[in-house]
Amino acid sequence: MVILKKTADYIALNIISYIVVSLFAIFTVAPFLILIMNSFTSEHYILNHGFSLLPKELSVDAYSMIFAYPEKMLRAYGVTIFITLVGTVISLFLSSMAAYVMFRKEIKYRNTLAFFIFFTTLFNGGLAPYYIIVSNTLHLQDNLLVLLLVPMFSAMNILILRNFIKGSIPDSLIESAKIDGAGDFRIFIQMVLPLSKAALASIGLFTALGYWNDWWTPMMFMQNDKLFPLQYVLYQILSSANMASSMVNYVSRLDMPKETLKLAMTVVSAGPIVFLYPFVQKYFVKGVTIGAVKG
Amino acid sequence: MKSRINGGFFSEIYKNKVLYLMFLPVALYFIIFAYVPMGGIILAFKEFNIRDGILFSPWNGIENFRFFFASGKAWQVTKNTLEYNVVFLACYTFFSILTAIMISEISNKWFKKIAQSFMFLPYFISWVVVAAFIYNFFNYDYGLVNTLIKNVGGQPIDIYAEPANWVILLPVLYVWKWVGFGSVLYLAAIMGIDQECYEAATIDGANMFQKITKITLPLLRPTIIVLVLMGVGRILRGEFDMFYNIIGNNGILMDATDIIDTLVFRSLMGTQDFGMASAAGFYQSVLCFVIILIVNGVVRKVDNENALF
Repeated sequence: MVILKKTADYIALNIISYIVVSLFAIFTVAPFLILIMNSFTSEHYILNHGFSLLPKELSVDAYSMIFAYPEKMLRAYGVTIFITLVGTVISLFLSSMAAYVMFRKEIKYRNTLAFFIFFTTLFNGGLAPYYIIVSNTLHLQDNLLVLLLVPMFSAMNILILRNFIKGSIPDSLIESAKIDGAGDFRIFIQMVLPLSKAALASIGLFTALGYWNDWWTPMMFMQNDKLFPLQYVLYQILSSANMASSMVNYVSRLDMPKETLKLAMTVVSAGPIVFLYPFVQKYFVKGVTIGAVKG
Repeated sequence: MKSRINGGFFSEIYKNKVLYLMFLPVALYFIIFAYVPMGGIILAFKEFNIRDGILFSPWNGIENFRFFFASGKAWQVTKNTLEYNVVFLACYTFFSILTAIMISEISNKWFKKIAQSFMFLPYFISWVVVAAFIYNFFNYDYGLVNTLIKNVGGQPIDIYAEPANWVILLPVLYVWKWVGFGSVLYLAAIMGIDQECYEAATIDGANMFQKITKITLPLLRPTIIVLVLMGVGRILRGEFDMFYNIIGNNGILMDATDIIDTLVFRSLMGTQDFGMASAAGFYQSVLCFVIILIVNGVVRKVDNENALF
């Protein structure tokens, strides 16, 4: 190891790096802070002065409004949490199972199967046939199932899992398990799944994020407002002027904090993901890199 | 035992029936949600009515395409989609590499970690939430930008009235949302560079800037080429989520911000114009497929290891 002399160019580059990276970090995080802060500003101040850069006239009106009539919000939370948990578990289990099959040497058609999955990322029929088939042929509209099924599998994730299993589980391990009399399914459950924990954690988080942030599926296929997930409720609040008030109360009051309510709703619906994020960040970073390296 | 020997398709399935059964759920999913709709692409050559469905609606030749191209929309949305995506890809690549190199130069671990966390944060929110940011900042009556303008005595601006604003704002938003993700990708590649290269260069008296331009960038080249080409493969797929949430159905901005995906969506869900939606969808899918094939051919030539297939 060469001892790094702190030469002028080294120091200059370091300073530039700190400045550029700091600016980028501020640029990305500032909107979050400003939005949260504005959601805690009194409606009265905003109607008179507009949203501001610095905290002014703090108030929790918008939040107390949401929590005063929480039924719709809680219901949306319930739908989102349900589809995120159930969808992610099913997706992970079936994806890794398919990945495991494509990894097993005994399967003569394993590469054909992989191409069968991969091809769907190259070509698709477009939105119109997809929409007609899901809603008119399968009759999935207004069914909770549609929220689970549409985002369920990602071809890329299945192929990444396959590469991970390929790279981390030697064939000899499978062979010895077979000699010990373990069946194919048991090998998957008792050996492959536990050994793939790292990849499952990363892929699982990406899948869960996909479910949590999915507003597209309900927009396309859901008319029943009892089954709206959080993101779609937020979408509706933002896209129509009076939706925010109708979310919390059927009788619109004059002193409704309309402007801040929109921001508070945003905080409430994006909050869990953003607060959870520091704890799971390393799995995401791992996920990005295992996806990037082709095995 | 007999089937074991002849090794045909059915004996292969029979022999490994448990394994094939384990693959079945995913296979069914992709058949139903990907391959059947793929077959549905014939819709582009039909005059669709709900009663007859995709299969039994009458054929109408290239009528849908004639309409799509005659409307003048085809050229406009293609141009918009291409222009935005080229700018997005260029900005994203440039800033991802820039921040990745800068992050790799920073020695303070805590600073590095926190800065990366901040930059990765926008990746976790949906474009719906980004739309709330836009509302917070650019709303005409109460938006932050107009508050600041009014404070210094200026005239408030209506950001939605001027298409030119979005030509700048959309790439900025795109970079804001994806640069954290991109920098992680490129940083992983930088971390993979052998430290000995840098040590040898130090001994030879190279300064830091020379190390970046003569070692880091050349060694990143394969990664850059592959990631850019993969981006090129998606160049006709718009960021529907972004355009739809940020711009929506804004009449003034339509000409400047209508991309293929928003046109397809609007025809399908708005005007129920299945002909237009399926023709534009067909046009996009087929062109995309051709571009991917070309790109993959190029990747193969440049760097066979990283070819998609």
